[in-house]
Amino acid sequence: MSITVFVPRDSSALSLGADLVARAIVGEAARRGADIHLVRNGSRGLFWLEPLVEVATPEGRIGYGPVAPEDVNALFECDFLHGGDHHLRLGLTEEIPCLKKQERLTFARVGITDPVSLDDYRAHGGYRGLARAIGMSGGDVVEEVTQSGLRGRGGAAFPTGIKWKTVLGTEAPQKYVVCNADEGDSGTYSDRMLMEGDPFALIEGMTIAALAVGADHGYIYLRSEYPYAKQVLDEAIANARDAGYLGADILGSGKRFELEVRVGAGAYICGEETSLLDSLEGKRGMVRFKPPLPAVQGLFGRPTIINNVISLASVPIILDRGWKYYHDYGMGRSRGTLAFQLAGNVKYPGLIEKAFGVTLRELVRDYGGGTATGRPVRTAQVGGPLGAYLPVHQFDTPLDYEAFIAIDAMLGHGGIVVFDDTVDMAQMARYAMEFCAIESCGKCTPCRIGSPRGVEVMDAIIEGRDRQHNLALLRDLCDTMLNGSLCALGGMTPYPVLSALRHFPQDFGDAPAKGA
Amino acid sequence: MTAPKESDYGTPKRLGAKEITLEIDGTEVVVPEGTSLMRAALEAGIGIPKLCATDSLEAFGSCRLCLVEIDGRKGYPASCTTPAEAGMKVRTQGSKLSNIRHGVMELYLSDHPAECRSESGSGVSEMADLARTLGVTDIRYGDAVRTHLGAIVDNSNPYFRFDASRCIVCSRCVRACDNIQGTFALTVEGRGFESKIVASMDQSFLESECVSCGACVQACPTDALVEKSVIEKGAPDRSIVTTCAYCGVGCSFRAELKGDELVRMVPEKAGRANHGHSCVKGRFAWDYASHSDRILKPMIRSKITDPWREVSWDEAINYAASELKRIQAEHGRFSVGGITSSRCTNEETYLVQKLVRAGFGNNNVDTCARVCHSPTGYGLKTTIGESAGTQDFDSVEHADVILLIGANPTDAHPVFGSQMKRRLRNGGRLIVADPRRIELVRSTHVQADYHLQLRPGTNVALFNSLAHVIVTEGFVDEDFVARRCEKPSFEKWRTFIAKPENSPEAMASHTGVPAELVRAAARLYAGVGVKGSGPDGRVNSAIYWGLGVTEHSQGSTAVMGLANLVMATGNFGRPGVGANPLRGQNNVQGSNDMGSFPHEFTAYRYVGDPAVRGSFEAAWGVKLWAEPGLRIPNMFDAALDGSFMGIYVEGEDIAQSDPDTEHVTAALSAMECVIVQDMFLNETAKYAHVFLPGSSFLEKEGTFTNSERRVSRVREVMKPRAGYADWEITQRLSNALGYPMHYQNAGEILDEIARLTPTFKGISFDKLDRVGGVQWPCNDEQPDGTPIMHMDEFVRGNGRFMMTEYVPSEERSTRKYPLLLTTGRILSQYNVGAQTRRTHNVAWHGEDRLEINPHDAEDRGVKDGDWVGVTSRAGEIVLRALISERMAPGVVYTTFHFPETGTNVVTTENSDWATNCPEYKVTAVQVMPVMQPSEWQKRHRQFTEEQLALLQQGETEAESAELQDQRA
Repeated sequence: MSITVFVPRDSSALSLGADLVARAIVGEAARRGADIHLVRNGSRGLFWLEPLVEVATPEGRIGYGPVAPEDVNALFECDFLHGGDHHLRLGLTEEIPCLKKQERLTFARVGITDPVSLDDYRAHGGYRGLARAIGMSGGDVVEEVTQSGLRGRGGAAFPTGIKWKTVLGTEAPQKYVVCNADEGDSGTYSDRMLMEGDPFALIEGMTIAALAVGADHGYIYLRSEYPYAKQVLDEAIANARDAGYLGADILGSGKRFELEVRVGAGAYICGEETSLLDSLEGKRGMVRFKPPLPAVQGLFGRPTIINNVISLASVPIILDRGWKYYHDYGMGRSRGTLAFQLAGNVKYPGLIEKAFGVTLRELVRDYGGGTATGRPVRTAQVGGPLGAYLPVHQFDTPLDYEAFIAIDAMLGHGGIVVFDDTVDMAQMARYAMEFCAIESCGKCTPCRIGSPRGVEVMDAIIEGRDRQHNLALLRDLCDTMLNGSLCALGGMTPYPVLSALRHFPQDFGDAPAKGA
Repeated sequence: MTAPKESDYGTPKRLGAKEITLEIDGTEVVVPEGTSLMRAALEAGIGIPKLCATDSLEAFGSCRLCLVEIDGRKGYPASCTTPAEAGMKVRTQGSKLSNIRHGVMELYLSDHPAECRSESGSGVSEMADLARTLGVTDIRYGDAVRTHLGAIVDNSNPYFRFDASRCIVCSRCVRACDNIQGTFALTVEGRGFESKIVASMDQSFLESECVSCGACVQACPTDALVEKSVIEKGAPDRSIVTTCAYCGVGCSFRAELKGDELVRMVPEKAGRANHGHSCVKGRFAWDYASHSDRILKPMIRSKITDPWREVSWDEAINYAASELKRIQAEHGRFSVGGITSSRCTNEETYLVQKLVRAGFGNNNVDTCARVCHSPTGYGLKTTIGESAGTQDFDSVEHADVILLIGANPTDAHPVFGSQMKRRLRNGGRLIVADPRRIELVRSTHVQADYHLQLRPGTNVALFNSLAHVIVTEGFVDEDFVARRCEKPSFEKWRTFIAKPENSPEAMASHTGVPAELVRAAARLYAGVGVKGSGPDGRVNSAIYWGLGVTEHSQGSTAVMGLANLVMATGNFGRPGVGANPLRGQNNVQGSNDMGSFPHEFTAYRYVGDPAVRGSFEAAWGVKLWAEPGLRIPNMFDAALDGSFMGIYVEGEDIAQSDPDTEHVTAALSAMECVIVQDMFLNETAKYAHVFLPGSSFLEKEGTFTNSERRVSRVREVMKPRAGYADWEITQRLSNALGYPMHYQNAGEILDEIARLTPTFKGISFDKLDRVGGVQWPCNDEQPDGTPIMHMDEFVRGNGRFMMTEYVPSEERSTRKYPLLLTTGRILSQYNVGAQTRRTHNVAWHGEDRLEINPHDAEDRGVKDGDWVGVTSRAGEIVLRALISERMAPGVVYTTFHFPETGTNVVTTENSDWATNCPEYKVTAVQVMPVMQPSEWQKRHRQFTEEQLALLQQGETEAESAELQDQRA
């Protein structure tokens, strides 16, 4: 009986040498005549432990990490294949506190299963949601999703069920389901982890969405920087099609759903849903105005569900366990869980799926273990490059959509980037403008001209030129961008700028803010 | 006189049936559902700042100046992209909105030349005006910022410049190129601040795919894209609406002037034929009017070898009249005649035929429509009872299937070509029947379902085989035929067309088109597999044709064949269908309507009809001849026989445009008095004895009638440069001949036409000024005209099916002449080129070229640009080759825009059996590489040099005489 060894194929693990480790293990096993079965699983999301090698034992999966290729020989020597002791031994992986404390609903299988194994997927509860959905009316499926309280995990937090209802209710000869997998926010990676670690969850979610609203074609718009995700998705889609989960007659229901992966061309703005649709149509990715909503006139002018990876991948469990199960997590109007992504200057970076309501302090301190540099935390940017910088005194705000809006911040896609006390917030404000200038599609004026002007004004402030004039100009410019921009890129770039200015005025040459 | 600019409501009009009421700035506003807030406000007279929005384009939402506040909505939505909703409460003004707009404008101006805001700007920048209105003067970002001020100015286009430093990347130009023109030549390259407008693959405008229609220039809200004439002459301060004198689309233009100087032509949005669009000719190619080649003094000479002598108007007119009288005295009443032109106004044309009939006392009047659409008139009159197209242009918007035959709208009728492209992009299906692979067969976002690439001269064979499929596969609209057509003629036709010899399989050997393709195309025309947008889901199929149908020995048969097809499928009498001839010149329809043919009075009424003739005799106070007169080719034959000795030619260049040039010039040489009334010393004038300087369309009042029967006003933009509008010259000649005319203005001529022509009843300058262009028939039942004819019954009562047996042309390829030459136009040039050759349009097309398939070229050792001789049994010409995949093997093509080419030296005397329309589209030729011009071309060059010398001599003498006068 062979022993199953897990070495992640997730990009984060690969970047830390997982392939070399896997090769070393296979080579060493062969040399020693050990009968092993290597599974290339997804990542558990505990990046400081990657490559995290696991071995299936009668007691459960024992983790070792971070493993370097040169450790492999020693691991064999310690009989790690039977859970042997070694200084890299972590014990039962699921008992690792950072993992154990999480509430993994969407990521329940990520890091556990073989991402492209349909059997593994089904063995872990996969495709039960679809099986149930096939027996329901489209309207009932939409209602289930609506009741669950699921909101768009891409950042806008629009109720998913409402979006679906619009598509369902719009008569058209053709409808589409599009997955926005253009995960471009700095410090975010949950989409990638999900696609690399459990692609069937996304495929199943999209299939349920398609059947619910009567779409027969879907696209995953994947950013070009995720080549491994593309491999995994393509393989998983092929496997699903071969098994009748995709194609002309899904599970004998007589319903068709075709799915394909389309790769973007490196523009951040194509993560904005309407630009994404333009790009998918083969056009230059430019932001469309709304209305018409994509749910009414989306891809190729047809009603289109366009949702983020995590939103869609959360659907199977909602259909499987019922809306109430999911709804029971969270707080206020933020129901279920969010896959927070801890990054930046943090000791233990990684993915933390928790119900809404956890605080930033808990995540940064209890999960992240403070900064990697050991210096005091000064701020964290939540929600990607367009998110606000929060001072430490706001770290007790519960991570909840509405609570964050109340402090002029946002949860966005759940990315959290931590900074220590050496950060220069004026430079961070400048960076926000620069990011916008580089990534602007160039359609609307506040973003196209405003963002380079923002960089120039910040340069003047940083150099101390005519500071009061330029600070006033910066505030006016932020106001113009905030209120005048066509989409969230220009419209939210002022968030990091103004939050930096508000909470850390001393970095801009002003007096310190109260309470800072 | 009108305001310098048309109103711009920001977004297109919506025609929703449901009206909604909302409140804007406290005012209750009612608009059709789907209307933008911007349009709702602007229509109500509430101003909203805007730059990226214009009502010829769908909203884009980029400039962010038109933001408003809406009760119950957060933020500041753009009014251009937000649809009005019932009960909305909208505010367009407020300090917050003012701040945002100010902020946006300040950003714009931080990357814009400062002089734009000053008085020294071009004066045509919407942005400069808006910056002033918003009061944005202080640009706080300073000078040390990134800008586009160093951008290189593209001056390559002869008519407009592109200065990227003045560009705000609003994409109005890109969208205009895409959605209005349909060329897709422009795009935005780069992103963010690096975004810039580029033509094609970042080429200069001239090198790019740009067709210079000017839609981008018109759309530009700054002066980044602006007419060079505006830069040179300054911003216009007034405008006059008039009608273009180029093709049969009949675009309405606002001639914009500064003082008395014409600065630019801007297509009128309210124009019903063009809806604010134009082509390179109409918008830009009008400078010929002030070209130094214009002849502005009357001239006479007794022999064509004599120098011209500049004389007074009186002397010229009296000399012409005395010569005509002398000739009639010596050679009889029928020895003189006149030719009208489709380029003249209705009033001018009417007056020439009146002069001939009443003044000359015969019916020897003909028009250049003889050589273009006469078979259309004949064929349609015979089958459905009226010599005109059945629809308006806008009908194409409702067509589900378009069958385009022998027409190349994107070159010859560009504005309609763009409208057709728009319909095709929106789902219309297309069948092209043409020996050439014209642009519509396949171009950006347009692709024909079928291209029936038939051999020249086999139209009737093709139409018969299409009809055969309709009849034998059960696609006849039996109900329509039973209700609307003559049963016996239909039954006879059905039997005929169903015969096996008319099947696609049998006809394929003639047409060269595979039978399956013909069958598939016929099924598509019949609506098989098409979602219909007509009443009860009926498929609307429309046929459009041009001279590729008419200019054949079986031209009239072909037109009747098309009418048969349309009747058999019930595609008459509603929007989206019909029989639609695309008229070549601006007033082909009008010159035909005006009684220019030797056998017909106005509105196609036979001269032999006593009642009709009586009405003219009563009105004109003179006895009229009851027999038809000579057609143009008969005039030439008679001249060579010695029985036709004098001719009055107004605005037509028969020596260049008519077939078999050497026959024409021999005839002209044989005449004793050739009177030419034209702007230039054209080819015919080189054979003339009297030259009467005519005026351009910019210099006179009148009307043109376009392809859709729309009578539109032509208005005087500048005084006639030679002193008289053309109708006045005709009137003076008539008076000198002893037949008095006393019109005070062109409007009185139109009034007379309306009195004497039932289909023109009530049409007057006054009415046209009030309601705009009117489509005849205009009468008591249809006082504002008739967009779509034959709605409930045909003009002739029941439709009549005509037999259309295919008779192959005598002109066919032989061993000696193995290729078939077909001729036509190109976008930038117009007909004989008298106008366009004298404009910068030569930048695109400076010579006629012979288009030849690579295979045929290879066979003959011809490379692109080589000189080749084209020989037919009529003559030989030499021109340069253009190797082109557009041509099918065995077929060559050229244009006839340049007199030195002499294209019509090789075309033959073959003509339509019914109307004598020349068979321009089929000439058997051989093509061979050569080293020198043809004999004809050498003679022509020498003759032209001599004639120019004689002109020069006359002018020099006149100048010295004038000098002496001044000294004395």
